[in-house]
Amino acid sequence: MCGIIGLLARTDDCRARLGELVTPMVLCMGTRGPDSAGLALFHEPLRNGHRRFAIFHPDRQYDWPAFEATCRGTLDSELGCDVLASHASLTTSSSPAEVRSLLARSFPDLHLLSVGHSMEVFKDEGLPADISELYEFPTMTGSHVVAHTRMATESLVSPAHAHPFTAGEDFCLVHNGSLSNPNSIRRQLQRKGVEFETDNDTEAGCRFLQWRMSEGDTLEQAIEASFSVLDGFFTFLIATADRMVLVRDAFACKPAVVAEADDYIAVASEFRSLAHLPGIADAHVYEPEPQHIYTWQV
Amino acid sequence: MAGLKQFDLAEISVRELNQELHDAPAEAGLERIEIVNPDGMHSIVAGMDRAVDIEILGHAGYFTAGMNKLANVTVHGNTGWSVAENMMSGRVHVQGQASECAGASAHGGLLVIDGDASSRCGISLKGSDIVVGGSVGHFSAFMAQAGRLVICGDAGPNLGDSLYEAVIYVRGEIASLGADACQQPLDDEDRRQLAQLLEQAALDHDPASFTRIGSARQLYHWNADARQEY
Repeated sequence: MCGIIGLLARTDDCRARLGELVTPMVLCMGTRGPDSAGLALFHEPLRNGHRRFAIFHPDRQYDWPAFEATCRGTLDSELGCDVLASHASLTTSSSPAEVRSLLARSFPDLHLLSVGHSMEVFKDEGLPADISELYEFPTMTGSHVVAHTRMATESLVSPAHAHPFTAGEDFCLVHNGSLSNPNSIRRQLQRKGVEFETDNDTEAGCRFLQWRMSEGDTLEQAIEASFSVLDGFFTFLIATADRMVLVRDAFACKPAVVAEADDYIAVASEFRSLAHLPGIADAHVYEPEPQHIYTWQV
Repeated sequence: MAGLKQFDLAEISVRELNQELHDAPAEAGLERIEIVNPDGMHSIVAGMDRAVDIEILGHAGYFTAGMNKLANVTVHGNTGWSVAENMMSGRVHVQGQASECAGASAHGGLLVIDGDASSRCGISLKGSDIVVGGSVGHFSAFMAQAGRLVICGDAGPNLGDSLYEAVIYVRGEIASLGADACQQPLDDEDRRQLAQLLEQAALDHDPASFTRIGSARQLYHWNADARQEY
């Protein structure tokens, strides 16, 4: 199973209420994925080229003040560090290489969830309702969000195996389905120097798409290429700083429903998740077709 | 109105609704049931076993009117996967779109979908009639054994793959036929049956404008020389 959810705001009011609107959608899809949950939230890009680094430690009492002090000393004395349970959000002028190097050197038990000028990932193991409360999903604001509730079928239940998966910057993916050739994709990409964090099939799909883009493909070209490379079932919901993109494999046995309204674009695995959105009665509700790439601009 | 009862799925669960409908004694005199706030919930009015008119006012979820017997169910909206799956008799009418596997394995009765149906419409059909006002997706009527599937729009790839004795009528374009499905002549009896089905579905099309697809019956017997390339 697994549930996927996406919401792209088309009005300021909707941007201000993004978390309030998306949280019930996520909770509703909890029945499809009770193992873990997560979301990627997109804000206005940080100013002056600063980046946001979402960092995770499984201990919810982790000593984040000590981490912050070290970061200020080594990286950037002006950096920001907002902490919520197992999650720290570091905003800094330092480069991804500098942050990765510090983490590898001094904090090997910390896990870097996301890097970007706009994107921030929250994900953890447990019931979606608990994760939503812990990370205060309802209070979130932003331009768009993609979320996932996981029922693990092919790899471990752990915070790192929860979705969304990210690769590069401001790029993430949530997946309903399962790939049957993630190991060969992973081996091929590793030979090209791509680094992996888990043995998860979705991570292989995510890194494949991002690798194609790093080689010059547009996202559409990378997705077209994935049709012949990824073996298995997928409904992918992909988000970048300025787009939300939905695609289903040729067989299309993993569901999705889209609602296009004046105020928002909403996507979910099932209509149940969309049924209580404001203005849904007047929205254009439809099922996405196989191998058709649906793109919505922020 | 006599015999009308309304149920609000914002107030009661689907399980409570279905249990009450299953348990209601014949002498209760229920003639018409209205269900409000279906909100995409699954299994609404599954397992009905009585002649009663049911109106679902909104979009319904998976397995709507599954295993239906005798009831006349109208959905004023879309349905999720497997509407009227395993229907035995009666009539199910979806006024919007139906998602995948509409009418899967249905044995009897009539399923009418005014809009499009998705992939695998009428998969493993066992005797029901399905009339789709719009188009159907890939692998529709896959391994369909008996019954009729009428498609007023277009059919997606692999129509009628591994078809047994069900018959498909298509008015629009067929993206591709599945293994062992073939075009067959449309005769007077086909036109008569089509006219009847279209009338039951309140659709106004000329029966002569349809193409008949049936089984070539080449898969009925194992052919070692085919090396599984059909």
